[in-house]
Amino acid sequence: MDRRVVFPGWLFPAVLLLPQLAVTVVFFFWPAGQAIVQSMQGGDAFGLATRFVGGDNFATLFADPNYLFSFAVTALFSSAVAVLALAPGLLFAVMADRVVRGAAFYKTVLLLPYAIAPAIAGVLWMFLFNPSIGVIAYWLRWAGVDWNYLLNGKQAMLLVILAAAWKQISYNFLFFLAGLQAIPAALLEASAIDGASPRRRFWTIVFPLLAPTSFFLIVVNMVYAFFDTFGVIHNVTEGGPDKATEILVYKVWYDGIVGLDLGGSAAQSVILMAIVIGLTAVQFRFIERRVHYA
Amino acid sequence: MIVTARQSAWVPHAILIAGLLVVLFPVYVAVVASTHDLAAILEAPMTLVPGGDIVRNFTEAMTAGTAKTSGVSVARMMFNSLVMALVIAGGKIAISLPSAYAVVFFRFPLRKLCFWAIFVTLMLPVEVRIIPTYQIVSDMGLIDRYAGLSLPLVASATATLLFRQFFLTIPDELVEAAKIDGAGPLRFFIDTVVPLSRTNIAALFVILFIYGWNQYLWPLLVTNTPSMTTIIIGMRQMIGNGDTQTEWQIVMATALLAILPPVAVVLLMQRWFVKGLVDTEK
Repeated sequence: MDRRVVFPGWLFPAVLLLPQLAVTVVFFFWPAGQAIVQSMQGGDAFGLATRFVGGDNFATLFADPNYLFSFAVTALFSSAVAVLALAPGLLFAVMADRVVRGAAFYKTVLLLPYAIAPAIAGVLWMFLFNPSIGVIAYWLRWAGVDWNYLLNGKQAMLLVILAAAWKQISYNFLFFLAGLQAIPAALLEASAIDGASPRRRFWTIVFPLLAPTSFFLIVVNMVYAFFDTFGVIHNVTEGGPDKATEILVYKVWYDGIVGLDLGGSAAQSVILMAIVIGLTAVQFRFIERRVHYA
Repeated sequence: MIVTARQSAWVPHAILIAGLLVVLFPVYVAVVASTHDLAAILEAPMTLVPGGDIVRNFTEAMTAGTAKTSGVSVARMMFNSLVMALVIAGGKIAISLPSAYAVVFFRFPLRKLCFWAIFVTLMLPVEVRIIPTYQIVSDMGLIDRYAGLSLPLVASATATLLFRQFFLTIPDELVEAAKIDGAGPLRFFIDTVVPLSRTNIAALFVILFIYGWNQYLWPLLVTNTPSMTTIIIGMRQMIGNGDTQTEWQIVMATALLAILPPVAVVLLMQRWFVKGLVDTEK
């Protein structure tokens, strides 16, 4: 889409564009390019020389059971976070759409976790579930659960999923609520006059009309779980125990910064880029369809 | 209101109250912990009734920090976080208002290419190009500098895209009227476009401030000097690794101080916050 009436000249707009283009080239294109170059380089053991190794780093990665395991961990983590953040978000939005009294209050409080950094959400949940001092950990042990996420990988995974999803409920709640409020009341009233129960109205009218919002949110939640949850993992489990919660973005950081394997880490970065581009492409396809729909 | 009249109201309220409990419980426990001394926290189970040490804990966090933060106070960390968040939010808005204006209100060679070059940054968050970005910032000598903390996070197109969307809705008549009055593109930008964008700027600022304040991975990498630590990284450093006893009452007070500014922004500017969130995702 373009404007019909514009100003003449090219120098002034070039000056206007310059700052953003400069920042983008220096901090985006250059590093992204470097990542691709480095992903095809290998260094000697002392880090003194680099040479071109083509796809070796990628071949090494995909032959590395740790990397494949990290893929599986990420798949489990991100889908669980998406489900656990979307379902309550939808439930609370449907309920908040129904109540009249107190609606503004509920909405305000339910939006609060959005403002909390994932790293802090991680610490708050860790504090509840810490085996020696956590309140909920104490209740769990009282109830006969052998709770120690520092030793048990499954429990560690559960805890980081809960912390990451908790923060994201707000976001989904807000978008579902906006989606619900966009549904014409006349549709629901007509269906009510026809004798449809609230449950039937939800599944036959509301839920299908929310489908575009839901698809959009699934992609956003996956991207969130892939990248923004580094702080949760780093604070709660540090990828452990025994790499049980080592998601891909954590491994990029760990292998590159702690392990100093620049080539391998860059190759992982490139794979992550491919994943995000894929997810974004899915989102765009879907947004096109949404335009159709509306 | 035939739709709602027949439903009993207590079910939605019960579910929403359960939602509030889920949202508030972790924060409530942190508040309680920040009002006790360490001995009370370590006693299992920890009490859920607030104690009397709130002033002492917050004062200690704000002024002294802990041994693990090399004595850097939380006040200093909050200042660092504030600078970072303001530079990210202000910087993004400052560079994207002019660039969106250039892309929308002019025709020049390579215009589409410029737009796509900026647009493509939407796709790749800083996390996926973290190590090369670190090397560049390090080569530029920006480690432990506010510029190094903020600039790489300014390189993203969210704001440009939002302003472009909005600029496309400005009526042609306004542009023609400006031309007839003899106003050039700079005058039109300053006198008409920026004032019209006020609510968009506010909404965007709220979202970007929260985004900047809550950054974790990038500040973790580019700050080594304790006095440059942001509050979220500082809180992390206070948590011990088993050798020493973590001062949980200080950690929780710090966590609450780290939550406070973004939560205040959401509460006080809720209308703009909601608008910003919904608009930037379109």
